Amino acid sequence: MTDNNKSLMQRIRGAGWGAIVLLFAAGVIFWGGFNWALEMTNTEKFCISCHEMEENVFKEYRNTIHYQNRTGVRATCPDCHVPKEWGPKMIRKIKASREVYGKIMGTISTPEKFAHERLRLAQNEWSRMKANNSQECRNCHNYEYFDYSVQGRRSNQMHQAGFAEGKTCIDCHKGIAHSLPPVDQNIGVGREAVAPEVLHPPVQKQ
Amino acid sequence: MKKQTRNLVLALVAAVGFGAVVPPSAMAQAVKSIRGADVAEQELQVGNFRPLPDQAPIDRDYVQQPPLIPHKVDGYEVTINFNKCMDCHAWSRYKESGATKVSLTHFKDRDGGELSNISPRRYFCMQCHVPQTDAKPLVANKFQRAEGLR
Repeated sequence: MTDNNKSLMQRIRGAGWGAIVLLFAAGVIFWGGFNWALEMTNTEKFCISCHEMEENVFKEYRNTIHYQNRTGVRATCPDCHVPKEWGPKMIRKIKASREVYGKIMGTISTPEKFAHERLRLAQNEWSRMKANNSQECRNCHNYEYFDYSVQGRRSNQMHQAGFAEGKTCIDCHKGIAHSLPPVDQNIGVGREAVAPEVLHPPVQKQ
Repeated sequence: MKKQTRNLVLALVAAVGFGAVVPPSAMAQAVKSIRGADVAEQELQVGNFRPLPDQAPIDRDYVQQPPLIPHKVDGYEVTINFNKCMDCHAWSRYKESGATKVSLTHFKDRDGGELSNISPRRYFCMQCHVPQTDAKPLVANKFQRAEGLR
């Protein structure tokens, strides 16, 4: 009897260990696969697989320093538009499901439609970057390590003045990778355009 | 009447035919550049200038010269939507940015009438104002800075 009991216990214990090993392997495969799929959607190639991105924003981005430069160090779409930290990345990815809906409904399927939506889309990104203190800029451009002695006259002055006022990168650096929406600059006759305050929000006193 | 028409048509056909027979080389010879140089000749190589970093402005050489741009302008957007230059040089912006404000001469229409804002014909800044560089003259010359500007 006791021998039989022992072997049953041993069998249960063995099965338990087996299940743990199997679950662990399944977990590795599931998590690896999930991460792989997620990272697959985090590439420039994936972004411009939709003509909406390739025909509009990608073409504008191709003329900028983040696409091509002296040393070939690049910032591609996800470097600026998808947070690197896990939590914010998941939030952004879930919010991006709204973009799938937009794709299906053809919200920005033509350049005209895109031009019409440009201000709204731009403001989405501006407010997101403002809210996280331009984290995606600072992933590469860490302003605590700025060497002002090597910066140009203009950037030297403006950066220090800006940080003293509590500004963040996106407060000034709008439209660095894509064209801006129409901005009213008071040249010639008036036209449909956003007020300059949208581009240069007044400094909030802290 | 009919004969006249037929002759006219014949003359036209002959003229067109003759035009087609004239060799293109003979036509090219008829084209002369103002300075007498061969039009088919290779043009002088233009220097491959690097944009210079920010520096002190180079003085003007003649009275109506548009001032040079003393900074880099790579990637500046000047489109129907936005004029990057005006983002600092406009009268509403120059104090904050510390830039030179746009000249009052830009507030005139082409007939010299005063406007209350910048004339649209001045929109494309870099048609007249160009980034400065230490370009050496391509051809030796005796050019001197205008007397009043020396």
